[in-house]
Amino acid sequence: MPEVAIRTSGLVKVFGDTRAVDGLDLSVPAGAVYGVLGPNGAGKTTAVRMLATLLRPDGGEATVFGHDVVREADAVRSRVSLTGQYASVDEEMTGSENLILLARLLGHRKPAARDRAAQLLEAFGLTEAAGRQVKTYSGGMRRRIDIAASILNTPDLLFLDEPTTGLDPRSRNQVWDIVRVVVAHGTTVLLTTQYLEEADRLAQRIAVIDHGRLIAEGTPGELKSSVGSGSIHVRLRDAATRPEAERVLAEALNTPVYLEADPVALTARVTGAGDEAEQAARALARLASAGIVVDDFSLGQPSLDEVFLALTDRPATTEEAAA
Amino acid sequence: MTATTEAGTAPATDTLAAVLAPTTRPPRPSAWSASMTFGWRAMLKIKHVPEQLFDVTAFPIMMTLMFTYLFGGALAGSPTEYLQFVLPGIMVTSVVMITMYTGVEVNKDIEKGVFDRFRTLPIWRPSTMVGYLLGDMLRYLMASTVILLVGLVMGFRPQGGVVGAVGAIALLLVFSFAFSWVWTMFGLLMRSEKSVMGVSMLVLMPLTFLSNVYVDPSTMPGWLQAFVNASPISRLVSSVRSLMAGTPDAGEITWVLVSSAVLVVVFGTLTMRLYNRK
Repeated sequence: MPEVAIRTSGLVKVFGDTRAVDGLDLSVPAGAVYGVLGPNGAGKTTAVRMLATLLRPDGGEATVFGHDVVREADAVRSRVSLTGQYASVDEEMTGSENLILLARLLGHRKPAARDRAAQLLEAFGLTEAAGRQVKTYSGGMRRRIDIAASILNTPDLLFLDEPTTGLDPRSRNQVWDIVRVVVAHGTTVLLTTQYLEEADRLAQRIAVIDHGRLIAEGTPGELKSSVGSGSIHVRLRDAATRPEAERVLAEALNTPVYLEADPVALTARVTGAGDEAEQAARALARLASAGIVVDDFSLGQPSLDEVFLALTDRPATTEEAAA
Repeated sequence: MTATTEAGTAPATDTLAAVLAPTTRPPRPSAWSASMTFGWRAMLKIKHVPEQLFDVTAFPIMMTLMFTYLFGGALAGSPTEYLQFVLPGIMVTSVVMITMYTGVEVNKDIEKGVFDRFRTLPIWRPSTMVGYLLGDMLRYLMASTVILLVGLVMGFRPQGGVVGAVGAIALLLVFSFAFSWVWTMFGLLMRSEKSVMGVSMLVLMPLTFLSNVYVDPSTMPGWLQAFVNASPISRLVSSVRSLMAGTPDAGEITWVLVSSAVLVVVFGTLTMRLYNRK
């Protein structure tokens, strides 16, 4: 049986009259990336702050590796590291000073702290920037120094609170690579994100939360299949054949067909219990026999965006204003 | 070099894996060691923003010159005469005024992400705050030394000699360390730097002016004398004066030491309570 890294039951945090976290039950297995997915203001950060001993819960309980986050906060602190939503390093100090300071606070003696800082700067490609104040760093570099600071002592559990928010794609990929290496090394990672793609790429299990409550939980695959179907995307050679293609597909699959903005593209749901591929193949054959030339097609599972929409009755990405 | 320059390359997966290799975790640092490390942080901040030393150098010099020459002739016949009386008081006023920056600094820092990291470290909790105060002690020491040197140049001659002057500054530092805990509390309590400053001035202005720093309280009306004589600043000034003069007033000095201990216990506790709740 896998060890449980985090367990919460009925966790509650109230700010004024907002129930930021409202009875959250989670069970996070050790040794994997666990994604906590939700729109802005869903309560992700509040939940992480309680688990990292920064906020006292107003109700319910939470344990990290069996230690209560309130009564045994010190035991929890010795096993976790936090990389917050905003850089958790000192902007006025240099990259190197930041790491040495934290290494000292983790108990390394001065020479060992210097060595450890130099090692991490090297591994994170920050050696050249080591002597510069962090406020001169780019977003991607800041995020790297921040994660480096979190693994000075390899933690058993690493909280990454929206680690790629605001990063360019290249820096985002670097962060993903780092997360994969850290997990491969045995650290449990709790990753909060509002990017569905990120959770899908990195997490073995995902909790979807909204308004401080858990609304779905499972592997990315389970979440997708709970929505029930995949879809087929087709690109035609000739836009003029699209009305005919739409009719053929609708008849073959017996589902509505969506006409995309691109005048040669169509998408249709494929419903079925395990034989989606076969149905899709049959539909394509019908297009061919109707004399419609297909340039390209793909069969995909529903995206996590669709999952979120199906679970909350609204898209995940239009929530900014409500936060 | 611009802020967006991407120095270095993407982290290589294998070097990353290597730095994650299990190294034995060192034992957690002692309370002393953690506090000293935070003290080192305060030093680094001074190193990176040396302009902040302005208020512990220029401000005290200005205070000394201003009050000596402004009041000296009228109150004591000549500035040099007056200086013998007022310098210990100016020293106390300047250093006690500077203590408020502790609160401002704490207030500015607490909202930053780095505080979250400090608070998730398994270390002695008050060490973060003690670290600030250690940095501030250096500032207090600088201010005191600057004033003493300016005073010596202007003709101040402490009868207590080197021992008296060192003892006086040491006592002032002890009290200022203790008094700073009042500001760490306000720094955590108030919502902005400005409000911390406001509260500090509201407390410090009357406390330092309504005291025996500038004039002998016997010239004041009775009700004011009562207030002035009870003021901790007056007692601190009397102690510092007595040490500088080479005639230590054991009663006043003991009072200052005991009230310092009380300040640390009361406001240190309140500060840590707020720090843990934040």
